[in-house]
Amino acid sequence: MIEIKNLVKQFGKLQAVDDVSLTVGKGKVVVIIGPSGSGKSTVLRCINHLEVPTSGEIIVDGIVVSQNHKNINAIRAEIGMVFQQFNLFPHLTAIENIMLAQRIVRGRGQDEARKMAMQQLERVGIPEKASAYPSQLSGGQQQRVAIARALAMNPKIMLFDEPTSALDPEMIKEVLDVMMELAKSGMTMICVTHEMGFARNAADEVIFMDHGKIVERNTPEAFFANPNEARAQAFLRQILH
Amino acid sequence: MATIPSSAKSSTQNQFVGKLSQLPWWLIIIILAGLVLFYNFLSNETYVAILSRLRSGIVLTIVVSLVSYAIALVIGLIVGLGRVSKNPIIYNLATLYVQIVRGVPMLVLIFYIALVLIPPILQLLGVRPGTFDFSFRAVIALAVAYGGFEAETFRAGIQSIGRGQMEAARSLGMSYPQAMRYIILPQAVRRILPPLGNDFISIMKDSSLVSVLGVNDITNIARLYASKYFHYPETYNTLAFMYLAMTLILSLIVKAIENRLAKSSQ
Repeated sequence: MIEIKNLVKQFGKLQAVDDVSLTVGKGKVVVIIGPSGSGKSTVLRCINHLEVPTSGEIIVDGIVVSQNHKNINAIRAEIGMVFQQFNLFPHLTAIENIMLAQRIVRGRGQDEARKMAMQQLERVGIPEKASAYPSQLSGGQQQRVAIARALAMNPKIMLFDEPTSALDPEMIKEVLDVMMELAKSGMTMICVTHEMGFARNAADEVIFMDHGKIVERNTPEAFFANPNEARAQAFLRQILH
Repeated sequence: MATIPSSAKSSTQNQFVGKLSQLPWWLIIIILAGLVLFYNFLSNETYVAILSRLRSGIVLTIVVSLVSYAIALVIGLIVGLGRVSKNPIIYNLATLYVQIVRGVPMLVLIFYIALVLIPPILQLLGVRPGTFDFSFRAVIALAVAYGGFEAETFRAGIQSIGRGQMEAARSLGMSYPQAMRYIILPQAVRRILPPLGNDFISIMKDSSLVSVLGVNDITNIARLYASKYFHYPETYNTLAFMYLAMTLILSLIVKAIENRLAKSSQ
């Protein structure tokens, strides 16, 4: 479903992503972990072209994303993204947030968009908040609306960029539960996260990155039980306390 | 003789002085001056004559300000978008316009646009320059001049919206124009309403400059009247006060809008 071949991304002199290659099969969940600055978010953002790769190829569902500039909007509609800072549209209510792109990108009618929006709000567990503005929602609720907003576009894959890193601890679980349900339902997902519990339970593959390179990749069982690389071992020792 | 300690002053006296110092004295003084003037309007012949002369120019002043500002806003939006564009041609054209228009004094700009730029355009369009009312030229000149300032205001508003908003919009598949129209601009405009309001007050004052083109706004009427009848103090008192009255009312409105916005964004 997603193929990344020899991805390189440089910001000036900084080598953010250094020759990263990975494949994500349909319906698979890949979790990318690693220290700050390891390039994991950059890899994610290259997939939907928010960052333009310096070199390398990214192929999503058969379409070469790394070059395809003309159709980029259509391609982006197939890739849902959830941000660390939620990025809800503050001047619209929750349901309007979810309806907008459906109407102006997918061309759905008002009723159809509203119906889908309510469905997704129920899926993430907060249908009663449909008329609330983002400023009236807690962080966990905002993030769930953001997930619903991305899902309403019926994307083929979902990208999560540290979705719980900006949340108060009590709210992390509600978001992770939604992500778990999504994983179980067969969505193709790539998640950058620090939540090891989620990685252990939901991931088909765990990828550890450091300094722009993939240091180790394995199934969660193998990785967490017995990481091969010293750098990975050191990281896990720090994280798992 | 021992000095009386200040604590001997009663606290109610202090409270009274405190409350007195909270009053908007600046407004009270202006209103009192206005009342004096008003009294003169009713009793003094000179003032009565001046007032009736100036009254005919108020409509023109207001209309010139409104129309120029409306056009300036449209120019400002377009050029402001150009200033944030990644397209080098658009960006450079927009920046060129803003730099020139903000770098030349308003008075010079009005002369330049009305007397240097507009005539050749009129000839191109086949209109005889003599028939093109100077009021129109004045409006266009003011609009073009203020368009540059509004462009920068719009640009600042657009850039004040966090990157995440554009990223979220684009990642949902919206095009750049769609993201601008539905996400960025609605938020940006809300933010820049106070400066836009203040700029309208500003353009109302600068509308006095069109008098140099001979346009019959209140400033021009006042100038001609005063130099004819030598009633300088009476004429200019009235003129200044008219502008003050208009701008004060407008700034109170702008303040009310600002307060409304501050409340609702909580």
